[in-house]
Amino acid sequence: MEHLINIVLLGLLMLAGFAIVRTKSLLAVAMLTSIYSLLSASLFVVLDAVDVALTEAAIGAGISTILMLAAIALTSDEEKAPRHTPLLPLFVVIATGAALIYGTLDMPRFGDPAAPAHRHVAPTYLQDTPTAIGIPNVVTSVLASYRSYDTLGEVTVIFTAGTGVLALLGFRPRRRNTEDTGRKKLVILRVVAKLFFPLILLFALYVLFHGDYGPGGGFQAGVIFATGFILYALAFGLSNSQQLIPHQLLYVMAAAGVLIYGLVGIASMLLGGKFLEYQVLANDPVTGQHVGILLIETGVAITVAAVVLIIYYGFVSRRPAPGDI
Amino acid sequence: MIGLAFDILSWVSLLIGAIFLLVGAIGVLRFPDFYSRLHAVSVSDTMGTALILVGLMIQGGLSMVTVKLLLMFYFMIFTGPTAVHALAEAAIEGNVKPFARKTGQ
Repeated sequence: MEHLINIVLLGLLMLAGFAIVRTKSLLAVAMLTSIYSLLSASLFVVLDAVDVALTEAAIGAGISTILMLAAIALTSDEEKAPRHTPLLPLFVVIATGAALIYGTLDMPRFGDPAAPAHRHVAPTYLQDTPTAIGIPNVVTSVLASYRSYDTLGEVTVIFTAGTGVLALLGFRPRRRNTEDTGRKKLVILRVVAKLFFPLILLFALYVLFHGDYGPGGGFQAGVIFATGFILYALAFGLSNSQQLIPHQLLYVMAAAGVLIYGLVGIASMLLGGKFLEYQVLANDPVTGQHVGILLIETGVAITVAAVVLIIYYGFVSRRPAPGDI
Repeated sequence: MIGLAFDILSWVSLLIGAIFLLVGAIGVLRFPDFYSRLHAVSVSDTMGTALILVGLMIQGGLSMVTVKLLLMFYFMIFTGPTAVHALAEAAIEGNVKPFARKTGQ
């Protein structure tokens, strides 16, 4: 049964991939990539990687589609005809694919317990998490505690991406409020958006603080948080959402999240531990781990939410025409 | 006995929901223009998802799973029709003409 589901999902993934290559309308391509992400998320659920599935669904199917649509709105929604023959790219793709398939021949069987990946540090993580970290979700304990240096690097990458978009696009505040023309028809959309806006934020907080016990964590929570504000901006216009969460505040938030993460590390050094060694943060080492994980996950969520919103604001504020949907 | 009755109820709900979704998908493929396709997908999609969620809720029984499914149900019955409404408004805004059979030919 599971094989059948896998085959159907992988087949649909392949079809979506072909459709993306063949479609010329970029709007349709954005939608198809969203479908592609949703299919991969389903595949991750089948593989029991629910944390990754949640991330893929929130970021791949949700945010990146919105950002792509915003980018398409700035440029053109038709793919330009290529100026060169497709033979060289075709050769490169086939050669790379063949090399990858050749590479899989040496790989251990799927789910093989004797595979190197399962014998290196993974058994230690799995055995020690309940006693040393004391949380049920091993993914969170690996991400936020054992490998917290890597996660700090990831957050810094996200922060850098936000800074890069800011340097390239910036934010252009509108001089006049010209957005409310032709929006009388949006009443239903606005009522529903108002209804769901607080629920989305609540769900983001749930994903953040429940990340120790179930799937979720800072990255997913940040993206869901940003989604709430993007929904608000879509229904009520950019100037209204600016009043809700101004872009200056976002700059502070993006930096503050990384700063919280780093300060947790420095605090643990000041208390006599190593950088990001959470045990020293409380009297009891397990409680210290809890406190540390919660703090850094909050930092991650703040940075991710702020950066996603900075990118969205950057794209949308450059739209020349009023009526930005 | 009660368990069997609940099982049958749940399966009937799941199957009818699946039929609704299938009919909606056929409608999207077969109907002539944007608005009728939207019509096909909106009603049947909401009904189909709702029925499938109800079927799963019966399977879940009185547990946390059912509460989560109930939240999803609440989410679906609001967002589905709203999204379709927004699509239709956007289509009108973008001057998508409904399909009309030419008269007098």
